[in-house]
Amino acid sequence: MSARFRPGDAVRVTAERPAISVGRPHIRTPHYVRGQRGTVAEVMGPFRNPEGLAAGEDGLPKQVLYRVRFPQPQLWRGYAGPAGDTLEVEIYEHWLEPAHA
Amino acid sequence: MHDPHDHAHDQGHDHGHDHGHSHGHAPPPDDPSFRSEQALAARALRLLLEEAGVLAPGEVARQIDRMDAITPALGAAVVARAWTDPGFKARLMATPAAACAEMGIDLQGTVLHVVENTASVHNMIVCTLCSCYPKTLLGIPPDWYKSFAYRSRAVIEPRSVLAEFGVTLPDGIEVRVHDSTADLRYLVLPARPAGTEGWSEERLAALVTRDSMIGTAVPAA
Amino acid sequence: MTTNPEQRGLHDMGGDPDHRWSGPVPRGEHVLAPWEKEVDAIRTILGRKGLQTADELRLGIERLPGEDYARLSYYERWFRSIVYTMELKGILRPGQLAAKLAELKARGA
Repeated sequence: MSARFRPGDAVRVTAERPAISVGRPHIRTPHYVRGQRGTVAEVMGPFRNPEGLAAGEDGLPKQVLYRVRFPQPQLWRGYAGPAGDTLEVEIYEHWLEPAHA
Repeated sequence: MHDPHDHAHDQGHDHGHDHGHSHGHAPPPDDPSFRSEQALAARALRLLLEEAGVLAPGEVARQIDRMDAITPALGAAVVARAWTDPGFKARLMATPAAACAEMGIDLQGTVLHVVENTASVHNMIVCTLCSCYPKTLLGIPPDWYKSFAYRSRAVIEPRSVLAEFGVTLPDGIEVRVHDSTADLRYLVLPARPAGTEGWSEERLAALVTRDSMIGTAVPAA
Repeated sequence: MTTNPEQRGLHDMGGDPDHRWSGPVPRGEHVLAPWEKEVDAIRTILGRKGLQTADELRLGIERLPGEDYARLSYYERWFRSIVYTMELKGILRPGQLAAKLAELKARGA
């Protein structure tokens, strides 16, 4: 299956839930990256969707998993460290959209 | 492995310390944990699952033995080989499970991801949502890794957490925190300390602490 | 768990949004009790056999009422989640665990 994004792409984690995740009791997108803009660090390939697996389903269709990098001062107001510090989070494709410059 | 004094030089001597645990039969009567309500409940669960045919007799005991055999020494051996063998290191970064298999380490399906500390980047691992950890390579995670304080603070104030662990890094080094939110399990490949030229893998492995493979320690010679 | 699945659960604690956990990281390490190893082993075997996925385990933990989530130990949370999944799938009947526990106590185990 082809990945929608490539390393280096600017992406945004959707603030609202993607359609297929609405009402799902188990998600693996942490709250603190919702609506945040990051850069694709690496494309990890397709994995079964944990939102479905948690409900005893087969987790299909698979979603491409990305490691997305965020600048720490952007995530946390008053971040107490150098501006170059980063945070990388694994995010499934259906939670990502292209970020415009 | 669960020795509270988990120093680097214990890494190679972790096996055989865990006597007295239940292998499916009654532990010694003076084991205080045996009498607790929760201990009985766990036993009740195991017995019911055995009666239901979900667990085979002795299967839990065998799995406990399997888990007990996995200690941070396994990860330390992988790191030491990566330090001494550039080809192995490249294979470890590209296909971690296959590289571990070269050393006889079966990751049992774990999708391992290796992040390398360099002169410009220091990596630190956390799972804010639960406590995901590369158990099939490093064994059971330490209590602090599972603590709410670590899970909450590692992402927002990593340098403050590192300072509690006795690690201070210059501003010019990027601290990169990895939140293990999905299917990957992370191994930090620490930087090889200076002054270790010509050391054997075994001697190098003794420098690699569990915490250095999580990112809350830095090996020193 | 909150009644609204769209709301952030207590487990989603990166950055300490509930302002509850920002103390020093506790550094004491305890040796796992035999029952904790048993629970860990049961969970691993169930995962291997496809009877409880890692995400089913996680959901079982995330759905614990907030104060239970905060109060219970790590393996107590795992234990509750395993029982929940086993009952959900009909592998355990409701009340069966309580009955077995009572039996073990009566036996003076």
